[in-house]
Amino acid sequence: MGEITLEKMSNEYFDVLKELGNIGAGNATTALAQMMQCKVDMSVPQVRLLEFKEMGEMMGGEETIMAGIYLAIEGDITGSIMFLLEKQAARHLVNKLMGMQIEGEEFSEMEFSALKEVGNIITGAYLNSLSSLTNLVIYPSVPDLTVDMAGAILSVPAIQFGELGDKMLLIQTQFFDDMVLDGYFILVPDLDSYGRILSALGIS
Amino acid sequence: MGKVIKVGMADLNVCVSPDSITTLGLGSCVGIAVRDPVTKIGGLAHIMLPDSTTIRINSNIPKFADTGIEELIKQVVARGANRGRLVAKIAGGAQMFAFQSTNDMVRVGERNVAATKKKLAELKIPIIAQDTGKNYGRTVIFYPETGDFVIRAVGKPESVI
Repeated sequence: MGEITLEKMSNEYFDVLKELGNIGAGNATTALAQMMQCKVDMSVPQVRLLEFKEMGEMMGGEETIMAGIYLAIEGDITGSIMFLLEKQAARHLVNKLMGMQIEGEEFSEMEFSALKEVGNIITGAYLNSLSSLTNLVIYPSVPDLTVDMAGAILSVPAIQFGELGDKMLLIQTQFFDDMVLDGYFILVPDLDSYGRILSALGIS
Repeated sequence: MGKVIKVGMADLNVCVSPDSITTLGLGSCVGIAVRDPVTKIGGLAHIMLPDSTTIRINSNIPKFADTGIEELIKQVVARGANRGRLVAKIAGGAQMFAFQSTNDMVRVGERNVAATKKKLAELKIPIIAQDTGKNYGRTVIFYPETGDFVIRAVGKPESVI
């Protein structure tokens, strides 16, 4: 393997990644519903290969305020995973989780840590499904959370994709409870790890 | 009022007064604004990675500090700026997330700033102002008319450097 670039990736690879995204997001939705103790639905995730300049626009502009949870993965595969949620959606989740209505611009320390936990559970569920589908050992690091402009948050995975090519792979999932929550997963396996994921799934 | 030219990620463009030029949501990337104060011709680059020579797929010139800055200078000079009068202002290069990792990609913001400074020094273009590092995103707007480099960040007052 080794010579994989995202641009050259065949439809088959793409379908596999899409399916992984689908199952991962499904697990994440279940985890979210358990945590919130309510019903959460999700739409079929959309997997997209985007130019760097298209990403920000897709999330409503580079200056849209988002919450981004980022963690490193180690084990049989290495890389990182990010989960992004629009700020209003993040606030909605946190309020629901903490059982109170807080308005205002800034997240308090407690809300911040609740949000980090939400991200931890969602990305954990996603990685679990990846791990059990591939039989690969995946260890997530302690997550870090930031609330900032979409462009600035996305620069982190974009730079990692930038080492491999000029596009990045994004999985968009819509969650619904009493409102629509747009969430985005970005899985950035290191180049070698792409091959490992695909061959673990019997595709070479 | 002139128009506002938008520069995307891994992108660059030239801008002549009275127009202004902007790039939104710089994170670990670095925004490099250059200007000839006499002709009021300037430009802005939004680079993502420090060094094109360490990357195999490196045909995207504006993506890297080394090739991107060279190209930016080339384009502003082609538009009529005087090479010897050019001065630069830089912003960005934040570390958006903090966590323990063996991966030095996490420190890419810092490395982008260092590579930018190195390249500008090599080209003998002085950096007259900067706002780099820290842990937050920045939107920048550059006005070749005055040389003002306006920086906006979430939850912070607007600043001009």
